Amino acid sequence: MLSDIGFILGTTLMYATPLIYAALGAAISENSGVVNLGLEGMMYMGAFIGATVGYYLGNPWIAFLAAGAVGALVACLHGIACISFNADHVVSGIAINFFSIGFALFLCRIFFDGATMSLSLNFDQKMPRPFNGAFEPNSFGDLVFNQYATVYLAFILVLIVWYLLYKTRIGLRIRSVGEHPKAADTLGINVSRVRYLAVILSGVFAGFGGAAMSIAIVSRFSPTLISGHGFIAIAAMIFGKWKPQGAMLACLLFGSAKGFEIFLGASGLEIDLGIFKIGMSSQILAMLPYAVTLVVLVGFVGKAVAPSAVGLQYEKEA
Amino acid sequence: MSIKAKLTNWSNSAKRYLDNTFVFTLIAIFIGLITGAIILAFAGFNPFESYWAMAVGIFSKPKYIIYTIIKATPIIITGYSVAFAFRTGLFNIGAEGQFIVGGIVAALAGYFLHLPPVIHAMVAFALAVGAAAAWGAAAGYLKARFGVHEVISTIMLNWIALYLSNYLVMSPAVKRAESEATHKILATARIDLFGVWKVSEQGMAWRMENRFFHDLLKPDINIGIIVAILLGVMIFLILKKTTLGYELRAVGFNKDAAENGGINVNRSFMSSMAIAGGLAGAAGALQVLGVSLECVNLSNMEGYGFDGIAVALIGGNTPAGCFLSGLLFGALKYGGGKLQSMMGAPREIISIVIGTILFFTAMPKLIRYFTSRINQKREEK
Repeated sequence: MLSDIGFILGTTLMYATPLIYAALGAAISENSGVVNLGLEGMMYMGAFIGATVGYYLGNPWIAFLAAGAVGALVACLHGIACISFNADHVVSGIAINFFSIGFALFLCRIFFDGATMSLSLNFDQKMPRPFNGAFEPNSFGDLVFNQYATVYLAFILVLIVWYLLYKTRIGLRIRSVGEHPKAADTLGINVSRVRYLAVILSGVFAGFGGAAMSIAIVSRFSPTLISGHGFIAIAAMIFGKWKPQGAMLACLLFGSAKGFEIFLGASGLEIDLGIFKIGMSSQILAMLPYAVTLVVLVGFVGKAVAPSAVGLQYEKEA
Repeated sequence: MSIKAKLTNWSNSAKRYLDNTFVFTLIAIFIGLITGAIILAFAGFNPFESYWAMAVGIFSKPKYIIYTIIKATPIIITGYSVAFAFRTGLFNIGAEGQFIVGGIVAALAGYFLHLPPVIHAMVAFALAVGAAAAWGAAAGYLKARFGVHEVISTIMLNWIALYLSNYLVMSPAVKRAESEATHKILATARIDLFGVWKVSEQGMAWRMENRFFHDLLKPDINIGIIVAILLGVMIFLILKKTTLGYELRAVGFNKDAAENGGINVNRSFMSSMAIAGGLAGAAGALQVLGVSLECVNLSNMEGYGFDGIAVALIGGNTPAGCFLSGLLFGALKYGGGKLQSMMGAPREIISIVIGTILFFTAMPKLIRYFTSRINQKREEK
């Protein structure tokens, strides 16, 4: 029993991690007033660059940082469009998804001989597990805490982003340009510069999230690896009411539903309703994370509190 | 008139001309193709040969053009779906799931019902549209009743639709033996033209004698594109000529003002999402009834709904715009396959081109900036 709980908790943490990175990115960007629907594409690029750099250089940390850097690069495009050229944030984000998903697969075919799947990383090229061997194999502690370094880093980053947004001057500036850019501008804050910073940071986080998939959870990039995680992260961020800690909880909820799905799938449980039994088909189980999110949203959501200037262009008056 | 006045006059009319969204879109398409060419060149492919291979692959035979239209039909209609929701202030990321719902319902109705020809197809189509409309309206209801943002609910509903469809496809009553697909729909439900006849003995004999038509009949010719045109006209009429359309557009334009004006905003969310859902479902139904004739177990989203977002945005959220951009998108997708088979260049270059086009249509200010710089330089001279 205890090991079952450990298994579920462990898978929860593992599957929540990439979402947490991307959701943090979404939170930073939206707090500055820029909608970033391009997270999905940035995750794809991050996952591809992470897996490729990891494969060729063999160092997971360089791969991880490279993934963040490429996320930042893609985010720059989004920034240029939305901040400097008043583009519609939604259109630019969707454009970036098409562009970067296409670009990641295009590059993959070129680097890996026509295949849309990168070659698998060796065990020592993957993200290390810092507590590997600290617990007895398959004990509760081992199942829960023997995680990839990226998992721990994600939670540390939640704390850092929370501190950054709510306890520092730069965080206040980020929130103020998202809430009332004109007032911020009057007070001498450079609205564009703050927004650029926030958008680029969101790209870095999305890149990390992609790499947390491709060099930790699995060991390669593939075309279906990200499939929708960027959008789910945005949903988690909205669900978490635009706050990093709220977004983290939403990601954990999604991850735990995923954990249950894998647990039930592996143990082949049947739900016994007395009169009849429902065999848990894998398709119905796979629905679980999405259905749970929807049900929780319906049950627990209050009035959403988006930053007031989110999605709006700000043009400095001459 | 002085030269300077002439110049200002010229630049003003040029500016007015360039303000036209259609021209912007054409410029964006041009930039997109150039970007694709540059990336192809960097990757070691001759961009001229590549684009030539695509053009030949799309236009050189009537058969190819038919394939392009078949490819374009579903995304034109999912484009309508997204565009309709946009016009009413909603972002329908859920076209993907609504497409899936429409497809599976059409496949089930096409196999399990026994009705005379034409009527069977119409009933299957209507059931599919109805189910998908309900699927879309569910997102509208969640927004109206519980304040759940439609972007979140439709993303979740997409995945639920995918797995629900897979569940149905793989269930014993529905699954065709030794396949991961539903039974093929009955001939009475099919909307393809000459589909049964062309593979019959008689049809094959006729095709052997008429080589030209033999080739022409290879694609799954169906009435989908005609339905797409009719649906486009219908949306135009709903938006422009009916009270419902007026109310929906008013809500899209300014929700609070519409509410003050006595429009029931919550109800309009639901009707808008129902219509958008029904449209995407129609696309799914046409695909099943006219092309695939079955639903398969999907490991991932097929992307019809997401392509629809790009089609709608490039098409400026109007039915006619969606029709044109859907054709362009269909042609690029079909040509992308040719590019890969003939040149060995990755077909994903198409996504890059589409993304770039979309990126630049989002930024009329950038294009205007460049044109005004050119004007300035002229004036300085």
